[in-house]
Amino acid sequence: MNKQAEAFLVDAVRAEVGAVRPHESAHLHVAGEATYIDDIRELDGTLHAALGLSPVAHGRLVAIDVERLRAEPGVAAVLTAADLIGPNDCAPIVKGDDPILAEGAVHYLGQPMFAVIAADRRVARRVAARAKEFVTIEPLPALLTARDAHAAKSYVVPPMHLARGDARAALAQAPHRLKDALSVGGQEQFYLEGQISYAIPLEDDQLLVHCSTQHPTEMQHLVAHALGLQANQVNVQCRRMGGGFGGKESQSALFACVAALAAKRLKRPVKLRLDRDDDFMVTGRRHGFEFDFEVGYDDEGRVLGVEIDLIANAGFSADLSPPVMTRAICHFDNAYWLPHVSMHGYCARTHTQSNTAFRGFGGPQGAIAIEFILDSIARRLGKDPVDVRRANYYGVTSRNVTPYLQTVEDNVLEPLTGRLLETSRYRERRAEIAAFNAASPVLKRGIAFTPVKFGISFNVNHFNQAGALVHVYTDGSVLVNHGGTEMGQGVNTKVAQVVAHELRIPLESVRCTATDTSKVANTSATAASTGADLNGKAAQDAARKIRARLDAFADQQFGRRDVTFGELVQAAYIARVQLWSDGFYATPGLSWDRATMTGKPFFYFAYGAAVSEVVVDTLTGEHKLLAADLLHDVGTSLNPALDIGQVEGAYIQGYGWLTMEELVWHSKSGALLTHAPSTYKIPTANDIPSLRFCTELFDAPNPADTIHRSKAVGEPPLLLPFSALLAIRDAVSAVGGHRVDPPLRAPATPEAVLDAIDAVRRSAA
Amino acid sequence: MASGSSYADDGLPAYGSGMSQGNAASDLAGCVERPIRFVHRGRVVEVQGAHTTRTLLDWLREDARCSGTKEGCGEGDCGACTVRVGALDGDAVQWKTVNACIQLLPMLDGMALQTVEDLKPAAQACGQALHPAQQAMVECHGSQCGFCTPGFVMSMVQVYERDRAAGTRPTRQQLADDLAGNLCRCTGYRPILDAGERMFELPACPADDAVTAAALRQLATDALLAYTDAQGARAFAPRTVEQLAALRAAMPEARVLAGATDIGLWVNKQHKALPVLISTGRVDAMTRIELLGDGGLAIGAAVPLESAWAVLAGRHPELKEMWLRFASPPVRHAGTLGGNVANGSPIGDGPPVLMTLGARLVLRRGVRERRLALEDFYLDYMKNALEPGEFVQAIEVPAPTFTHLRAYKLSKRFDSDISGLAAGLTLTLDAAGTVQDARFAFGGMAATVKRATQAEAVVRGQPWHEATAEAAAAALARDYTPIDDLRASAGYRQRAAANLLRRFWLETRRDAPLAPAQVSVFAREASA
Repeated sequence: MNKQAEAFLVDAVRAEVGAVRPHESAHLHVAGEATYIDDIRELDGTLHAALGLSPVAHGRLVAIDVERLRAEPGVAAVLTAADLIGPNDCAPIVKGDDPILAEGAVHYLGQPMFAVIAADRRVARRVAARAKEFVTIEPLPALLTARDAHAAKSYVVPPMHLARGDARAALAQAPHRLKDALSVGGQEQFYLEGQISYAIPLEDDQLLVHCSTQHPTEMQHLVAHALGLQANQVNVQCRRMGGGFGGKESQSALFACVAALAAKRLKRPVKLRLDRDDDFMVTGRRHGFEFDFEVGYDDEGRVLGVEIDLIANAGFSADLSPPVMTRAICHFDNAYWLPHVSMHGYCARTHTQSNTAFRGFGGPQGAIAIEFILDSIARRLGKDPVDVRRANYYGVTSRNVTPYLQTVEDNVLEPLTGRLLETSRYRERRAEIAAFNAASPVLKRGIAFTPVKFGISFNVNHFNQAGALVHVYTDGSVLVNHGGTEMGQGVNTKVAQVVAHELRIPLESVRCTATDTSKVANTSATAASTGADLNGKAAQDAARKIRARLDAFADQQFGRRDVTFGELVQAAYIARVQLWSDGFYATPGLSWDRATMTGKPFFYFAYGAAVSEVVVDTLTGEHKLLAADLLHDVGTSLNPALDIGQVEGAYIQGYGWLTMEELVWHSKSGALLTHAPSTYKIPTANDIPSLRFCTELFDAPNPADTIHRSKAVGEPPLLLPFSALLAIRDAVSAVGGHRVDPPLRAPATPEAVLDAIDAVRRSAA
Repeated sequence: MASGSSYADDGLPAYGSGMSQGNAASDLAGCVERPIRFVHRGRVVEVQGAHTTRTLLDWLREDARCSGTKEGCGEGDCGACTVRVGALDGDAVQWKTVNACIQLLPMLDGMALQTVEDLKPAAQACGQALHPAQQAMVECHGSQCGFCTPGFVMSMVQVYERDRAAGTRPTRQQLADDLAGNLCRCTGYRPILDAGERMFELPACPADDAVTAAALRQLATDALLAYTDAQGARAFAPRTVEQLAALRAAMPEARVLAGATDIGLWVNKQHKALPVLISTGRVDAMTRIELLGDGGLAIGAAVPLESAWAVLAGRHPELKEMWLRFASPPVRHAGTLGGNVANGSPIGDGPPVLMTLGARLVLRRGVRERRLALEDFYLDYMKNALEPGEFVQAIEVPAPTFTHLRAYKLSKRFDSDISGLAAGLTLTLDAAGTVQDARFAFGGMAATVKRATQAEAVVRGQPWHEATAEAAAAALARDYTPIDDLRASAGYRQRAAANLLRRFWLETRRDAPLAPAQVSVFAREASA
């Protein structure tokens, strides 16, 4: 131990990194004292906006009777696309594809056409709700499903193809072949805090926008763009979100732009807070996917060749669909080496809400297809699906190159699988379940094991950068600002732990501020699970710079004498040592060729596995989740409590996606019929495993040089509940003595399950 | 809109002048024009001018500046706005959780209110920084984004007070049922259930309701509420059936307001204007459950769902699951069985059960009372037999004469979901096992909740054999022509309804009947 370190040890009470610490805002959450955007006390003169939504799925927008809208009692102003100063666009990628307000045409039922501004939010909403009385629209034919749009070759970007080897030839020579289709529905983020922006005009044409967003920098740029301002005139702030899950990555933009436009036009603070139903009707969600595949395999169940079409419902615009499809294609392999594979990704343009980021970002959709396929292969061969999966696992030194040509260098699938099979008693339980089913005429149990391998980093290289600012004040307290946004995942807690650890001070001395575009510039979205990876490293960099200065100063000033952090920084200040610093981080070694879809898009992989058990009612199709054993790889955890929270939360969220969260659009009008929690059902406390819910972290340092050798954890565990869906399939399969492959779709609602049961009964008969 | 509540500290105008429009009403049935008065933090709050349909949540967040209570959905389905309201029960205050987003201010009249902000002061009075429910949530990592947390904490305080007073501790299953009205999208609930157990291990922090009780006693002497808002909309809160009947007859255009669990949505989502509201919540005779001379029950139309189901499930344990799955605790605390019946939704879960039990409605108009079998009450989709000025006063449930009863519900989620279909099934068998009577009522199968008369006819007089049950299942296709909607397809409804009759037979057959745990994935040990 060097003497500089010793000088700090007086108040270095504990190692912060790796410690269980509550969320930095937990004491505020429980008291109702945590401030969300709508809790910020409104400034005098604040006006409220509400959006008038398209009543049809597709049509020519002939006219909006703005004069008549303005004449409605209580209405202060009405804004349409004509009021925009810059381009009418809030697209994150494909410029011009996402209008802020409809212009010339409407592309989905629910598309915002105009904004009503009033002093009273209720007045604004009441008038906006009557939108169809004030618009003239000539209806046009609408494409409402991904299949229909695919048949019409209607896409938001050209189809993507990734192939390795010769899948057709491998299929032709394979001893066994299977051709099938799978349908997996979309999922609403259902962040508890709906979309909201509060824009405040400032001097010299500047704007302060409080926005519930995962991407303040993009909000800053899009607002500036739409309003004809420079970026330095727009300040976007977000202290916390009441949940994001990807839904506030790009799609917070429309609301930020409308609130900002109104604030600029009217020179008044303007708040746009969506009613929950409007939030459902306006914004997009996880892409529903349709899969058509053909696979060839050997007697051991090894995949020899596979060809698959992945058809995503992109909705009316590109939004983030291209990178979502890229990630889907890059996760079709999941944990498996596919020697000959051919993938075709189609982002179908339909007249529905534009689908967007949602935790996993296409990864879950890509990976679920191969899990479904391996499940079918195992059943057809009469093998335990676990054995078929292991036969296909990536190798450690060979069979370890992905279809996109990245070598898998950190494979922990086998040790992780072995441990989970043992702790979950998988084999014994499978036998117990068979015995139960033999004696149970109505209820059937099922069990399944599924693994996860999930690539960490943005597929777009340049997003993999982050900045931070660390201020040490002369009383020894520390303020940290970084580019990440807090949506409940605990990034501020983890970053504060990293900074406390570097400065060797208690966590209580460190505070993270709101994310603020006037502090760290040009930040990336808090997305792709990278929040703590990127911002933790950037904050560490800043803290280390300060520590290096303090170490040098302490060495010179105090020698071996004990000194507290407070004394040290006070003395350093007097000696004119810089007590604040910036920090920066760029993930090393990444490459990606978008044209060939090859390279090294991921810094490393996160792994996990789950065993789930269910019981299914063969008369009604209802099921109950009985048990889940989760084992997830977070490298060396920065904070086990937060990581377990992410793993379990993702498991239940993904379980909801695959079993009960059904999105239904009217087949003719295109209206989303499940547009509120009354009709769209996310899991409750009664839906978690009733007999056993056991979560463990696979504690092994990340071989990649990540922040304290930890691993990203936000998205990967969302794939763990594949095991729940396939456990339902296993139970349904029991109806036919496991001789018939159940054609189960997701979400596995009672109706979907009964359909599968009836199909099995028909085939088995 | 602003209201002249006593919290207004920033010079917002009070709308007292609007009261003049209500003078004529002040003669009605003894109601007296006055502000809405309720107890918050031990003192009486007066609200004057605020719209009659202003929600408690908007009042809290915008007028009282208490932003701890959150809006997640505005329809009582997410629980982020959960608060507690209290009423005097003898000397004590009886608290219950409700969704502030669908409580209209006039419903608060005479009540006490507790929100998440009130917990820290209460904890400090016990020498603690946080209430045990709050402290446990911190310790167990029960919050992530934190937006649902205040609502969870309020539901947990309800559990804490209930079990502390009873000297019991909830099981995890009980906790999950208690929290069924609170959605969390982040945690996966395990840590929240942990916190629900942990809070009982922390130093106790018993509620001290003395000040609130005293203030409520003061309010108890208030005149019956007649309230007129700044726009001239009016709300009345009578205390007797006679007063309610007089008001209803005098103002046929008035909307009878019970728990507002549906009317709250008309306000928030449909922006409906409701010029006159007559609240039933304070009508003593309608908030009681009485034992009839013949052993039947008379459930007042304003009895909260939670109390009504507790009594029904107490008589018929077979109804326990339906009780649990009917909405959520805060909605069951606010909503009423009378409201559920009068609303007349084809997918209401109350009517199939009540219909199979042979329930009659007591309908009141002025001084006239009449009785109508529930199945005769529903005429067509959302149309019922109420005459202008008439209202549902009570639901009479006869003493049981049947041999078997089951209530089944199929929905995408166990808790608080609207049924794809629901069934109430009773069967009366003689000693030989021949069907003397059958009452099969289904919701979700037609434009109204309706009895399966064909299926009933098929089984009546027949031995209760598998073939009989199969014939009944087949007859359902003649009874109903269900529709496709977002909850289920017509095909599923037909197949599942028939299968529910098969399940009923398996459970009630004479030889080797199956136990609930053998036919239902949701069966619990207690009911198995």
